[in-house]
Parts: sequence; structure tokens; C-alpha cells
Amino acid sequence: MSDHKTMTLTLIVWRQKNANDPGKFETYSAKNITEHHSFLEMLDVVNEDLINDGKEPIVFDHDCREGICGMCSQVINGAPHGGQDRTTVCQLHMRKFKDGDTIYIEPWRARAFPIIKDLIVDRTALDKIIQAGGYTSCHTGGAPDANSILIPKPIAEEATDAAECIGCGACVAGCPNGAAMLFTSAKVSQLALLPQGKIEAAARVKNMTSTMIECGFGNCTNHYECQAACPKGVNVKFIARMNREFIKAQFA
Amino acid sequence: MQFLTSSIGRKILMAITGLCLVLFVMIHLVGNTTIYGWIPGGVNAYAHHLHAFPPIVWIFRAVMLAIVTVHIGYGIQLTIENRGGRPQQYAVKATQKATFASENMIWTGLLLLVFIVYHMLHFTAKVIPGMQLVTDAEGTVNVFAMIVSGFQNFFVSFIYVAAMVTLFLHLSHGIQSFFQTIGWNNDRTLPVIVKAGTLVALVLFLGYVAIPLTIFAGILKG
Repeated sequence: MSDHKTMTLTLIVWRQKNANDPGKFETYSAKNITEHHSFLEMLDVVNEDLINDGKEPIVFDHDCREGICGMCSQVINGAPHGGQDRTTVCQLHMRKFKDGDTIYIEPWRARAFPIIKDLIVDRTALDKIIQAGGYTSCHTGGAPDANSILIPKPIAEEATDAAECIGCGACVAGCPNGAAMLFTSAKVSQLALLPQGKIEAAARVKNMTSTMIECGFGNCTNHYECQAACPKGVNVKFIARMNREFIKAQFA
Repeated sequence: MQFLTSSIGRKILMAITGLCLVLFVMIHLVGNTTIYGWIPGGVNAYAHHLHAFPPIVWIFRAVMLAIVTVHIGYGIQLTIENRGGRPQQYAVKATQKATFASENMIWTGLLLLVFIVYHMLHFTAKVIPGMQLVTDAEGTVNVFAMIVSGFQNFFVSFIYVAAMVTLFLHLSHGIQSFFQTIGWNNDRTLPVIVKAGTLVALVLFLGYVAIPLTIFAGILKG
């Protein structure tokens, strides 16, 4: 047993049985937490205690625990993923907190993201936006030769920056309007920048943005909270690019 | 038409009508500065020339009314939709990038609408009491005397200064927002546009409040 100093924290966690349950906050004590625990590991420790006490554990989404899957959907002290720059909840460590801290944990809150249970929300709406045009329908045929379509390095870099989006929904959770503009613009931009994606660019931006509104997301009012919340640092320049693509699409 | 019902389409219309209103506010300020007498005949001559051909005045008013209606109409509609985007608020919300100005556009906007109505009742309809309406032999109102006597009233000056604070807040978010919505923006231009937008809003604020303040302080006299 190592001689790590441990912390005790007070957690105020949103508990909700299902989408129809009104839900409420419950207070828990997180004991024996070291600074090396990730935030999710801290919740694992709390859940073990809850299970040992015969109580229902806190239900939360997680998968890769290495910052790339985009499953961990928690608003911690009012900031999606805890507010540390370019960090998912699984990569947020307890060294960022102090012994005795009180931490509020809430699920993503947006009309388009109904709560399934506790901290798990249904993010099908993001899939619907992708299904509306977040793909290319060109024939791929056999394996093409590498570099048979030349793409300038800056364009490839820009498209890759947009493609960094992991679809976690933090942009929606952070947006005062519950808008999905950063998510949608990342995919629209990524594909519009590349030759394979340019072919369907006009239809794509129209369909994806209209699906976005049909799913119940709000409109963008340029607060840029989304960029601050994004664990991958997706830039709001892609929203401006999507707006340009939308204008271009009117003349296509 | 799909453009008029789409999220981005309506925002683009708000951005363009907003730009028209910013340009109007700029030209209006240049016109107002004639009160300092840098054109022959000062503000009286300026007001006289503006209203010399009534059909132009009325066409201009109709166009402005249409622009204001589109801007406010979509503003209210989009705000109602956006409030619906998050029916249940967070118990704790840590704001990271949004500003007081960006979060209160609907309120600063509606306050400006109230101010515009007041302003037109004041200097266009001339029904707000407490100012001198001196007419010459031809029945033309002495605009200079009207403005100076109007702003010598503390409450009137106060309303105008408060309205210009509101205008500053609205434009400090609105101008940069125009460029983002219309798509004339990227990561290099955004910080410059945000600063430049705030600076333009500040210059407009200072320019406008200078008139009631110089009159109330007795620097500009009737």
C-alpha cells in the first residue's frame, strides 16, 4: 500500500431513474481519493462504496478512458468535462481538486439530449445529423494508389483539425442555446475542404443544418462557449466556414 | 423558401439588417455632430436639408421600419427557439467565453427598441414636454434650440446616456457577430474582429453621449 495522501470530497450528483423521472441531486462523500485518480476512477471508488452499502451506483457513460471516445458526458461544476482545456472527464485528474472540495456533477442538458439515466444522455441526435450528410457517397472501388488525389498540406491539416471532433456533445452542453453548430460545422468543414467531399457540399450543409434544427438543437448566437468546452479544441472558425458553405449552397 | 426558415439563413438576415442599422447609427452620428457647427448653419441647416424632399424621407423611413422589423422579429423568434434548446438549466454554470453583452442581446435589443420609440416621440413627433420649440416665420422649428433645451433636463440626458450604454453593449457583441455569421471570419481574424467591433461600439458610444453631456455640462449653449 502506497502512502499517498487521500482526499475526501463532497459530490452533489444528479440522479434520475429515466427520461420521465423529474430527477434530483443527491449528496455523496467521496473518500480515499488520491490525486492520481482520474475523475471517472474517483466515481468508480464512490460506486464501490455505494454497492457495498447496498445502494444503487451512479450511472455514467465511459468507454476508452483515454480521451478519444467521447462517451464521458458530465458537466462538472458547471463546465462540460470539468472545464480544463482540451480535456475529457476521463483525462481530468483529481489533482485538480483539493481535499474538502464540493463538486457538482450534472449530465449534458439539452432538449436534443434526453437523459437515459443519471449522467447518461441519449446522443442519437448527433448521429441523425451525421446521417443527414456527414459522409461522401463516391465509389471507392479497389484500393486507390496513395496520393492519387493531391491535397495541399494546409488544406489536409485544416480538414484534420475539423476531423478531431469526437462527437461527445460538450459543445451542445456548453452552449447557452443547446446548439450543435460546432459539431455540425466540424463535419461540414472537414468534408467541404477535401476533393471527395466537395461534390456533395451544397446538399450536405443544407441537410445537416436543417436536421440539426429538427432534432431540437438551438441556434448559434456566437458566444463561443462551444470552443471553450470542446475537449479537442475544435475552433469556431469552422462555424464561420459552415456559414460560408451555407451561403454558397444557396447559389449551387 | 428554405432560406427564410433555416437557422443560418435567418441569422444571416439578422446580420445583414444589423449591419444596415450599424451603418445608419454611424451616419446618424456624423449628422448629429453638425450641432457643433462644422457646416454652415449647423444642425438647423442639416435638419433642413434632410427633410427638404418629403417623399425621400418617407421612403427612407419605410425602409428603416422594414429593416428594424426583420431584425427584431427574427431576434425574438430565434431567442425563443434558443431558450427551448435547454429546457432544464444547470444548477451550476461556469461561463467560459460568453459575455454579459452576448448573453443579453435580446434585452439590450428590446431596450433599444423602447429607446427608439422614445427618441422619435422626442425629436421627431416632438411630444415630450420640457423643451423649447421655437419656430421661425416659415414655421420651421429651430432644431438647435430644441436639442439644447431638451438635453438641459437631467432625466432626458440620463435616458439618452443609458440608452447609449445599451447600444454599446449590443454592438460590442453584434458587430463581431456579424462577421462570424456571414462567414467572413477565421481563427486569425476573430480576435481582431472582436476588438475592432468593441472599439467601433465604443467610438459610437462616446460620440453620441458627448452631445447630451456637453449640453448638460453647459459647454454647448443655446
